[in-house]
Amino acid sequence: MLAYLLRRILYAVPILIGVNLLTFTLFFVVNTPDDMARMQIGIKRVTPEAIEKWKLQRGYDKPLLVNSAASGAGKLTDTIFWQKSASMFAFDFGYSDDGRSIGREIVTRMGPSLAIALPTFFIGLVAYVSFALLMTLFRATALDIAGVALCVLLMSVSGLFYIIGGQFLVSKLWHLVPISGYAGGADSFKFMALPILIGVVGGIGSSSRWYRTIFLEEIGKDYVRTARAKGLSELAVLFRHVLKNAMIPILTGVVVVIPLLFMGSLLTESFFGIPGLGSYTIDAINAQDFSVVRAMVFLGSALYIAGLILTDISYTMVDPRVRLS
Amino acid sequence: MSFMPIILWSDALVFLLLASGIATAWYVRRREHLLLPWRRVAQNATAMVSLLVLSLFLLVGLLDTLHYRAALPETNGGETVYSPEVLSVFDKLVEPLRLQTEKTYSAPFALTLYAKESISDAQGNVLHDYPRLRYGGAHLADVAQRNGDVVKRALTGALGGLLAGLLIALGSRRWLVQHGLPLRPMLIATLLLAALIGATAHLAAAYHVLGTDKVGQDVLYLSLKSIRTGLIIGTVTTLVMLPLALFLGVAAGYFRGWVDDVIQYLYTVLSSIPSVLLIAAAVLMMQVTIDTHPHWFDNSAARADLRLVFLCLILGVTSWTGLCRLLRGETLKLRELEYIQAAQSFGVSSLRILTRHIMPNVMHIILIALVMDFSALVLAEAVLSYVGVGVDPSMISFGTMINAARLEMGREPMVWWALTAAFGFMLVLVLAANLFADAVRDAFDPRLNRTEAVA
Amino acid sequence: MSALLEVNNLITQLRNGTRIVDDISFGIRTGETFALLGESGCGKSMTALSLLRLLPDGVVHAGGTAQLDGVELFGLREREMRGVRGGTAAMIFQEPGLSLNPVLTVGQQIAEALALHQDLRGAAAQQRCAELLAQVGIPDAARRVVEYPFQFSGGMKQRVMIAMALAGQPRLLIADEPTTALDVTIQAQVLQLLRDTQDATGMSLLLITHDLGVVAEMAHQVGVMYAGQIIEQASRTQLFAKPLHPYTQQLFAALPDAGRRGEPLAAIPGSVPPPGSITRGCRFAPRCGKAWELCGEQTPEWTMLEDGGGVRCHLYGEGRRGKREGEIQKGSEAKIESGVYPSPLSLPSSLLEVSDLKVHFPIRKGILQRVVGQVKAVDGVSLAIPQGRTLALVGESGCGKTTLGKALLQLIPPTAGSVQLAGRELTGLAARELRTRGFRAPGAAMQMVFQDPYASLNPKMRVAEILEEGMAALNIGSGSVARQTLIDTLLDQVGLARSAKWRYPHEFSGGQRQRIAIARALAVSPQLLICDEPTSALDVSVQAQILNLLKSLQQELNLSYLFITHNLAVVEYIAHEVCVMYLGRIVERGKTEEVLRAPRHPYTQALLSAVPRIDGKGRGRIRLDGDLPSPANPPPGCHFAPRCGLASARCHEASPEERNVAATHSVRCHHA
Repeated sequence: MLAYLLRRILYAVPILIGVNLLTFTLFFVVNTPDDMARMQIGIKRVTPEAIEKWKLQRGYDKPLLVNSAASGAGKLTDTIFWQKSASMFAFDFGYSDDGRSIGREIVTRMGPSLAIALPTFFIGLVAYVSFALLMTLFRATALDIAGVALCVLLMSVSGLFYIIGGQFLVSKLWHLVPISGYAGGADSFKFMALPILIGVVGGIGSSSRWYRTIFLEEIGKDYVRTARAKGLSELAVLFRHVLKNAMIPILTGVVVVIPLLFMGSLLTESFFGIPGLGSYTIDAINAQDFSVVRAMVFLGSALYIAGLILTDISYTMVDPRVRLS
Repeated sequence: MSFMPIILWSDALVFLLLASGIATAWYVRRREHLLLPWRRVAQNATAMVSLLVLSLFLLVGLLDTLHYRAALPETNGGETVYSPEVLSVFDKLVEPLRLQTEKTYSAPFALTLYAKESISDAQGNVLHDYPRLRYGGAHLADVAQRNGDVVKRALTGALGGLLAGLLIALGSRRWLVQHGLPLRPMLIATLLLAALIGATAHLAAAYHVLGTDKVGQDVLYLSLKSIRTGLIIGTVTTLVMLPLALFLGVAAGYFRGWVDDVIQYLYTVLSSIPSVLLIAAAVLMMQVTIDTHPHWFDNSAARADLRLVFLCLILGVTSWTGLCRLLRGETLKLRELEYIQAAQSFGVSSLRILTRHIMPNVMHIILIALVMDFSALVLAEAVLSYVGVGVDPSMISFGTMINAARLEMGREPMVWWALTAAFGFMLVLVLAANLFADAVRDAFDPRLNRTEAVA
Repeated sequence: MSALLEVNNLITQLRNGTRIVDDISFGIRTGETFALLGESGCGKSMTALSLLRLLPDGVVHAGGTAQLDGVELFGLREREMRGVRGGTAAMIFQEPGLSLNPVLTVGQQIAEALALHQDLRGAAAQQRCAELLAQVGIPDAARRVVEYPFQFSGGMKQRVMIAMALAGQPRLLIADEPTTALDVTIQAQVLQLLRDTQDATGMSLLLITHDLGVVAEMAHQVGVMYAGQIIEQASRTQLFAKPLHPYTQQLFAALPDAGRRGEPLAAIPGSVPPPGSITRGCRFAPRCGKAWELCGEQTPEWTMLEDGGGVRCHLYGEGRRGKREGEIQKGSEAKIESGVYPSPLSLPSSLLEVSDLKVHFPIRKGILQRVVGQVKAVDGVSLAIPQGRTLALVGESGCGKTTLGKALLQLIPPTAGSVQLAGRELTGLAARELRTRGFRAPGAAMQMVFQDPYASLNPKMRVAEILEEGMAALNIGSGSVARQTLIDTLLDQVGLARSAKWRYPHEFSGGQRQRIAIARALAVSPQLLICDEPTSALDVSVQAQILNLLKSLQQELNLSYLFITHNLAVVEYIAHEVCVMYLGRIVERGKTEEVLRAPRHPYTQALLSAVPRIDGKGRGRIRLDGDLPSPANPPPGCHFAPRCGLASARCHEASPEERNVAATHSVRCHHA
């Protein structure tokens, strides 16, 4: 087990190097820092001096890969690649365009992101699984057909609609909760309720339908017939036999996103004005703050890999056949 | 010539897709075992009605893809001069909708603008009131006549549409029966759609059926124009994604060893980056490239179009990993099957085994993935445009429509029609696509065809 | 004795009205075993599932009654029915590997039944679980209660299933092909267990099987099913002494064994009709050698016979008795293909020469995936096949026989040793070289026929394309016209219509598909065919067709066969020589008569005695304990020693050398 985990973590290193090289290529090779400067300053007003000044402020005035002017190790370290990309392995993300430390920003913004994403995830999971179980229990009846139809309808609606419609209905029409904003402490619930509700409703269509398919596949298996032949009731078969087996494929898709919950949701956070990592990212994209986008890409992939490892571990918990080796 | 045909990059790709679609259909038609699952789709009433709706969208999209530049009246020393504006056949068909723009917002079927303005009447008195629209309901002298007129026009339009629909229905009845399609649902759907189109068309001639937007453009026109953008995102992306996923997935599964290692590494790297971020990063960089090379494009339409194509490209490059993984898994299973081993024992070359044995047997997975992805991509376009990494702001799309309308959410009274129209059209398109995709999956997925194996 | 189960006019059908079980009646007395015998698709499993009301979605009970211990099953409410399931009547299934829940311990699964039907919970239930496991012969039961199904072998899983069924102390046990997925030695263990349990508890057994041998060993009463109906019912002794229905008669005649070596088997032509396809007349009429006009027009009634049995056939119907004798005479002659196979000339020179072939798979472990061991799937096998002869390779699953076959074809690269075909060395040749040596290339000289006719043909290719593929790859036949002629000839040879070449595999039945697979192999004019269990996925009646075909092809084309199988009856019928394989090694070899009549190795002896025989005699009681050990970790010394009754200290230390006990008969055993 330990050896296996160690190997997985070792395997994460080349993946992260790959991600790093990819972002480096995207951000510095496809377009040179000069190009970026020209665009940020505005094509019309651009002068060579302005470009140099822009680059100097952000530390983009160095060569890409090899600094022939420097000496010794500086040939490699005093470059854009080393200072902007390689440094991310030490979780040193540098500074955003407005001069703040990206690392500190990430730490402070994780809290609000998690406060929304974590409840959404867990309430959602329980809701989707319950709904899917209900449809499975009443499979091939009118209830099941109506449930599936509802799922297809819900998953055909744009995610933006849930947010805009929810804000309009709950906040503007019924005045139940504030339209947007965020506060810590006791007040937080009234700000969090709507984003969480919308997050859960938004995912119900596709998730429940997917889980239902998994349950139906399990229910066709031989061991279910054995369980019925024992005289177990349909409910007992579903909860004691099918659910536990179905958790294996469900976990594959679900556990992997748990670490990514730190990143928050782009849409929800920006619509509801929640100061999390999601809105941070979207602001950075709109402001074309490349250092922040780069940092978030790296953070995201690191968390994804953590999710993969977590998935493997969770298998050992639900499936006795899996021994990590 | 009174016009000059223009083929934008996206047009060319659509034509390519269309051609390959027709070629595939022709190929399948002659092969009974390939046709069999399609027959199952054809017997499914929901699927066929969805297909009917989809084909209407497709028709609008295709008409909107035939681009041209009209000739201007004046000539330059005998040579025809063409307008710089790139129009499509669809634009020409609905010309009144495109040209009859108001000053700013107006609600659906409104006769006046949304906001009060100072207007001077015939006597020269200045009033602060809602001004009448230039086109919407301009034929009415009295405001009170509106409701009656709307109902009358709707009814006559619907009746006309119904008649046309009846003709179509009668004409296609035999064909439907011959091919075993569900007759009743199809006919009912045809009639309903025909009536709806008839009523809308008749109303749209006199009113802004879905209102107008900030600069006074007709929302119905915008919604219809958005269809093409959505369709292109949903289909051209697959054109990019498909070869990547197919070749890499099948190769990884069949050859295993280091080939598999490299391909797995590649897709783990790509899929480890949250897709929105990867797309955002790529689009930002594309934006820099486009902005720093303005001389590449002769007009704004070409620039917006190229940006759309690049967006599809980026979406394709970031989304092939899922299908690739599926295909790799399936190929791993297939390569252990005995017919592959039989071929290997004849010494059949790997390339031949891949093309003759493996690829035909993973086609159902590809098809299912394609139809399922389509609706996801249409929805994604709106989100990406909101995030600011979608299509060019000058390009009409559901995303840009929603984005523009969202900003007016806070106004009192609310400007609800543009949002509703965009979401409504998108819902119909995606719902039809989803229902159709479901039927295709049911017909093609071997695991779901259990009922036939009973006994 | 009174009837425990009384089934009357049971009908089970699909939602569209197609009858899968059509008007079935039978009774089982207390303590008795009733066998439902039939080929795949005849509706025997559906009958069993109907009785417990466990039909899959889309299949419904449409009529008839079933009284179990005086209770009408179809009159019970679902709640009450649950008390019957696992209580009065329990059931075990064909695939023990799939029938147990993989994520619950066996103890938990048995405890569920105990809680439901015995009201036992907690420690008492745990204790009872262990008792039940011990009762079904699982060693160290108390410890294994907490283990998961994957930690048990196939035979042990079936024992767990039986323990679970016994938990409710049922009066009726329904066993649906309980040993079909198991090896013969394990099958013998499980059948013995079922008999012992029956003796101890006095329960009745409804045994569903396709295997006449199992019926002969287990049943008191037999019902023979065909296309959804019981067509004959009799006591076992009667049925085996004098089968009445033509189908039953032909089923017996289709069984291969040594007694029929020189002659073709009486194969039943065609295959079992799909449910609902025959609505008029007798369902067996199209395949029956004794059918006359009436059989095609009028459905035969059930005829009760004086001795308590019954049959559904016009031959025994009212007013037809006079006609019977003549018809039977005519029919039995008509169906057996004429001609006797001449014994092939024995040729001294070997076509295939394999020496010391090894196929090892590395086991990797740890952070760096270092190789820490080897699975010795094939561990030093030597064999030779002369031209025109058949060598059978016999062994249980996991012994490495299929790996050996694939290694010969170089589908799996051998680790060491040599394979020489017609004097040419094959190991170490690259795929390209195997291919590019022209018409008589080694790749062409040897071909394979696979086990599963459904997986061995590409569903997306027409028959002609399938047959042409090998020719194209090996440059046989110049131009498409020549190839098309060749394809026609091939189809004639394997007994398929020429029009078959424009059709797709899914349009053919299992037996026809196996014919196509044989034609594909023959397309490149091989000298040697490796047949990997070519008939084990087929019904007995169809198996006979394929065996006949293979035999006549051997005569015609002077082919050699390496026949890989676990079925000793087939070996007796088709093979000239036999190699018995155990855990990667050949433990005994010789002429078929020598090995099967006078086996010297204790494993061969056990294997032979485990096979249920339809004559019910000659059954030695050599029972093998335990399972085949893992080839990753074989026992030291003689691999068979831990299961061997004769094993001495020497056996556990030194691996025995191969020793000749006759000129053509050799064995690897210290004691032989």
